[in-house]
Amino acid sequence: MTEAPPFQLVDPGLIGGTEREPRLIGSACQRCGTVTFPRQASCPRCTSEDVHTRELATRGALWTWTIQRFAPKAPPYPEAGVEEFEPYGVGYIELPGEVRVEARLTESDPERLRIGMAMELTLIPVPGSSERLTFAFRPAEEEDE
Amino acid sequence: MSGSDDVAVVGAGIHQFGRHDGVSGLQMGAIAARRALANAGIAWQDVDFAAGGSDAAGNADTSVSVLGLTGVPFINVKNGCATGGSALTTAHAMLVSGAAEVALVVGFDKHPRGAFNPLPEEWGIGSWYGETGLMLTTQFFAMKIQRYMAEYSISTSTLAKVAAKAFSNGSRNPNAWRRTPLSEAEILSSKMVNDPLTQYMFCSPGEGAVALVLARGDRIKALTRSPVYLRSVAFRTRRFGSFEVFSPSIPIESAPSATTEAAAAAFEEAGVSPADVDIAQLQDTESGAEVMHLAETGLCEHGEQEALIEGGDTELDGRLPVNTDGGCLACGEPIGASGLRQVHEIVLQLRGEAGDRQVLKPCRVGFTQVYGAPGVSACTVLTV
Repeated sequence: MTEAPPFQLVDPGLIGGTEREPRLIGSACQRCGTVTFPRQASCPRCTSEDVHTRELATRGALWTWTIQRFAPKAPPYPEAGVEEFEPYGVGYIELPGEVRVEARLTESDPERLRIGMAMELTLIPVPGSSERLTFAFRPAEEEDE
Repeated sequence: MSGSDDVAVVGAGIHQFGRHDGVSGLQMGAIAARRALANAGIAWQDVDFAAGGSDAAGNADTSVSVLGLTGVPFINVKNGCATGGSALTTAHAMLVSGAAEVALVVGFDKHPRGAFNPLPEEWGIGSWYGETGLMLTTQFFAMKIQRYMAEYSISTSTLAKVAAKAFSNGSRNPNAWRRTPLSEAEILSSKMVNDPLTQYMFCSPGEGAVALVLARGDRIKALTRSPVYLRSVAFRTRRFGSFEVFSPSIPIESAPSATTEAAAAAFEEAGVSPADVDIAQLQDTESGAEVMHLAETGLCEHGEQEALIEGGDTELDGRLPVNTDGGCLACGEPIGASGLRQVHEIVLQLRGEAGDRQVLKPCRVGFTQVYGAPGVSACTVLTV
């Protein structure tokens, strides 16, 4: 039995692991090897339904990015998130050999973002919420480069 | 020369784009339809097939109560940004097959102010995507051009030039919404919205309507002395590996966009090469989209845009004028109307009826490309 997490996730089918060491839950096609995120029941490349759940790599490289500078409309954005809106980074992170995942970035200063920089998975509060968490990527320490 | 299975635009009508308080999208659609019929010199009773739609302003076929209850088959289309292109695809197929002789297509819309707020659940994505703050088309366009600029050395100055051209052209178009020219410096210094794109590099959701009357074979010459032939219309959804809007992930293996595939199919069906195109209308949701779509459609090579735009090639008096009516940037984006607006403009230009914005060099081949969520594109080739 895994211990019940002391926090809620924006979508429990999306994120596994622990709060300290989260993992994104994707899927891998058993026929052609295609990796998707979120997990899905069939392969978008070869149409096979022989698809297994797969925990994705937690580190990758920033493939592209932008800064979201206006508050998104609610819905689908949380009402409380609109009230306390601050600009945030968004990007695609290429997980080597797997897939490019779209995510919030913890960094919102364009001067500190560049294509190709190392990023790692983390959890952040859902906008406007104190209990629920969603996933994001933060600049990685380059320790193992 | 026209053949029995040729299809041509024989009438074009438009309701001004912009904001029209107190006028519904359906009413704008009916006004555009009446103008197209008048332009073709026919009555609603002469139409034996109709197709059209909107994204957010109601069912097109209900306009029969205004236009007249003639019993005409009228197919409603609701296909996002490809609504107009899908209506045109349907009408074209009906005419080519001989199932109809004279068809009307109509597209209209009316959106509230501010960015679109689509719900992820309606696009096959979990609600987490919207709650996390990722359900925005503006982010996609910004991230696509950000990557593209790094790969092909495109500058922000080029992005500003595209927008400046749009507002300059729009200032000459009585049916455009934004009719005040803006300088490159004003565009670059306007509020940053989604880096690298500023406020004036983005179009805004708006209102408007367009209708076209199409005819086939012998009916063409009977109805008009200045037909604009619809040589092809091709519509595609995305392939595995293309980078499209509302994608929680994208494969590392890349593939051509829906636009590239639709454009190639349209050129092949028309028997025309991209090099033959004299004038084009491209989806310019933001100025980077026009830059990328120039190459995706085959009108230039990837990376050539910087020199092409710097050299003025896409201006009204350039080698390949693009978005001569001001595009989405100056006309705004009523989703259901935009695809047909592009065709409407090419029809006016090829007829020589585009007024202050008429391209002066001889034009025989026009091209249009519409693009939208979740990775759909429709392209046409039109000739005189």
